[in-house]
Amino acid sequence: MSLLKEPDFGTPARPGDATTELTIDGVAVKVPPGTSVMRAAKEAGIDVPKLCATDNLEAFGSCRLCVVEIDGVKGTPASCTTPVRDGMNVRTQNERLGKLRRGVMELYISDHPLDCLTCSANGDCELQDMAGVTGLREVRYGSGVDAGANHMDAPTDSSNPYFDFEASKCIACSRCVRACDEVQGTLALTIEGRGFDSKVAAGAGVSFFESDCVSCGACVQACPTATLQEKSVVELGMPTRTVLTTCAYCGVGCSFKAELRGDELVRMVPYKNGGANEGHSCVKGRFALGYASHPDRVLEPMVRDTIADEWRTVSWDEAISFTARRLREIQAAHGQGSIGAITSSRTTNEEVYTVQKMVRAVFGNNNVDTCARVCHSPTGYGLKQTFGESAGTQDFKSVEDADVILVIGANPTDGHPVFASRMKQRLRQGAQLIVADPRRIDLVRSPHIEARHHLQLAPGTNVAIINAFAHVVVTEGLVDREFVESRCEDFDAWESFIAQPEHSPEAVADITGVPASEIRAAARLYATGGNAAIYYGLGVTEHSQGSTMVMGMANLAMATGNIGRRGVGVNPLRGQNNVQGSCDMGSFPHELPGYRHVSNDDVRDIYEKLWGTPILNEPGLRIPNMFDAAIDGSFKALFVQGEDIAQSDPNTQHVFAALGALELLVVQDLFVNETAKFAHVLLPGTSFLEKDGTFTNAERRINRVRPIMAPRTGKQEWEIICEIAQAMGYPMHYDSAAQIMDEIAMTTPTFAGVSFGKLDELGSIQWPCNVEHPEGTPIMHSDKFTRGKGRFMETVYVPTSERSTRKFPLILTTGRILSQYNVGAQTRRTANVAWHPEDMLEIHPHDAEVRGVSDGDMVALSSRVGRTELRAKISDRMPVGVCYTTFHHPVSGANVVTTDSSDWATNCPEYKVTAVQVDLIVATSVVAVGNR
Amino acid sequence: MSGVPSYVRLANEIAAQFAHRSPADAAVAIANHVKTTWDPRMKRALIAYAESGATDLSPAAALAARHLA
Repeated sequence: MSLLKEPDFGTPARPGDATTELTIDGVAVKVPPGTSVMRAAKEAGIDVPKLCATDNLEAFGSCRLCVVEIDGVKGTPASCTTPVRDGMNVRTQNERLGKLRRGVMELYISDHPLDCLTCSANGDCELQDMAGVTGLREVRYGSGVDAGANHMDAPTDSSNPYFDFEASKCIACSRCVRACDEVQGTLALTIEGRGFDSKVAAGAGVSFFESDCVSCGACVQACPTATLQEKSVVELGMPTRTVLTTCAYCGVGCSFKAELRGDELVRMVPYKNGGANEGHSCVKGRFALGYASHPDRVLEPMVRDTIADEWRTVSWDEAISFTARRLREIQAAHGQGSIGAITSSRTTNEEVYTVQKMVRAVFGNNNVDTCARVCHSPTGYGLKQTFGESAGTQDFKSVEDADVILVIGANPTDGHPVFASRMKQRLRQGAQLIVADPRRIDLVRSPHIEARHHLQLAPGTNVAIINAFAHVVVTEGLVDREFVESRCEDFDAWESFIAQPEHSPEAVADITGVPASEIRAAARLYATGGNAAIYYGLGVTEHSQGSTMVMGMANLAMATGNIGRRGVGVNPLRGQNNVQGSCDMGSFPHELPGYRHVSNDDVRDIYEKLWGTPILNEPGLRIPNMFDAAIDGSFKALFVQGEDIAQSDPNTQHVFAALGALELLVVQDLFVNETAKFAHVLLPGTSFLEKDGTFTNAERRINRVRPIMAPRTGKQEWEIICEIAQAMGYPMHYDSAAQIMDEIAMTTPTFAGVSFGKLDELGSIQWPCNVEHPEGTPIMHSDKFTRGKGRFMETVYVPTSERSTRKFPLILTTGRILSQYNVGAQTRRTANVAWHPEDMLEIHPHDAEVRGVSDGDMVALSSRVGRTELRAKISDRMPVGVCYTTFHHPVSGANVVTTDSSDWATNCPEYKVTAVQVDLIVATSVVAVGNR
Repeated sequence: MSGVPSYVRLANEIAAQFAHRSPADAAVAIANHVKTTWDPRMKRALIAYAESGATDLSPAAALAARHLA
């Protein structure tokens, strides 16, 4: 499409029915009460000139360009700050108003460079537009340097890697400051000085890069001039066309306008109609795109006989025939179950679907797993056991109705920043916040936000805490009896179980390290504070009791009736953009698409008839099982789609041993990643800018991923899978990704109503989408649970076997940082490294002092399985005895020290609890070695 | 538990979650979980390990293995 310019209504929409009727320039219009006159005019098709107003910010009333006349009202009020009234009669255009507006514009232009023809915003500048709209023909005060005192010499701040701040072009409209406050919620920007001295500042005397700015780009988007401008626009010029697509980073799944000039991507602009993000973005989604065109990209297939050989670049035909031949040879020699595949949450639903189909229909086994194994597999298990569906219950927008927000084991401002901004908006409106996390995450205390309770629990004690919450609910008479009786089952047994004294806050205080009174107060707040919503992340799932904890949260939500309406629910914050989708698509070794067990004859029959081949009725190997089986010798070949298991999976030494034992490792990826070092075939993958398909985000929202360019490798990834299948003797062909989705819809009840056509029509769809819910389901379990009755599950707290010892006295936990993404394969190849060039070990001042460690020292981090080295950062975010690191850089390799301890139900690794020792080292020698 | 085969460790970890139940109930729950989520080769290995009389397997896990046999 041509460049998509979304309409700007000037001020935000107001909720409610359109009951207020008024007349604007003779046109009758009805809008909800509280709507501004400016917005009402726009609704009536009338543009009122404006500069300081834009519809994702509350009205500010500073530019005075939007003045109007209203019958019975003195003067000329600003239409942006004036709410509508019944019977109002408004005039937006006449000679008097025109004169006033020209006067305002004269003042603006008298202090603005007149370099429009060479300005980067030429054609996309609201100041330029308003000069035209108001009919400005002369500036009586002179202009530019001739206008007396001015700001023409104000310096440009180019410190940010992605955008410039050209202060000489600033009109002090405060849109950037308000965007930082209202949209992003960081409050990094301010207006410094008064009157003529007013200027935008990013903190006190520091540059944008040095400031608290998180580079979300909301200020750039809000700026009506070229003051805040993407460097890419400065370099490449204004884009000329738009492709609507979906971000490839975290599970928020933001919708973007990819704006291009010809075939060259100029910038990404968050899409206002995107259901997940509604016009907001983070530094990764908006700016960190350089990896897609990075010279490290592999664009041609490569093959080698052994991993000691050099790679040979080969044709697609040779790579595919080599792969197919070796897979069949290995099966002939070692059995049907000796090969398998791992799918990726960084690929589309259609790509994942074809891989699991290849495994089941062509490999003839169920040895397919997905990287969700190591992140949210406990979510799938726990929510299915209790609610009947392996998915979060709400849409993101639901948080706007939450009164109490319980964040457990998640760090939204770093991991899911766009949702965090939405959550912070609600918190600033007065919702109460409870954070349960060993680390003092930013959300605990940030501008205008302070958690009512920060439960700084010991790593590994989640279940003890959630049971204590439930104990308080049950024993203090806070159960929603009506909800429980009408909607749930197995409550009585659970009530007896959870009421036992061992679950009381007093009993678990020593275990968790959280005072009983604090637990009781937090539990009471959750149960009685109105709509209570739980948001959680990998700090819940990546534990030996990850699945138990998910069930514990579900129990709590059911017991208090916090399920089935807006503002409540149990909400997993998914790590990658398509974690939900890759799980939906049948990537687990025990489930076909739609979470239906492989032992279900009726379900298998659907696929056996369609695919024309039998499907095994027993589960296949999970990822950790694949590693064990590779070392044992019964698993010989693995196809890895877009995942760097050598870096991301725990106990690196074990993973290396498994990969090294394989006779064939096929890696499909953008880069020669750490896993590819063990590979025999490297099939180049496509970036999201080349993909055609769909992603499904954490709120079950299916979004289109549209290509802005043809695959740089020559093939879509699903085409490669089909060709391997065909080379292995199975006819597998699709004409398009849309056709794959048609097959998914035909065979998967929750996707029955989904098609590319409907997605194009509606923008996005939250599954289930079927006859009962033809346009999708934003809130699940409204009238009844997917499984009928919600089921209470007994959740016994079982301490992890990974405990601190005299040899390893500290507990290490891990997490993500805003600027980097998972193993860093993408973000390390962008300018984001400026913010996070290396992984650091956060260690409490006390733990550092007793070890003689100072801030910035190199330290050795050792566990019972490995040792690595990294730089120490002294921080009291962690309690004494607990340290923390990120895992974005292979050089430090955090997973060298993490162990193969895992969730009992799903084998999701226990990344969040590793007993370690930290020692000061003087000189770096060997980094990342195993202790085995 | 280091040194035992991974399927033994995993079976014991599952068993620990059901330790509050009677041995008979726990064994059924463990067996059901293993049956619905484990690859056949792991199940066979667990059964064989239990039949070998090895003592590393918890009693409930050993009983579950007999259910699976």
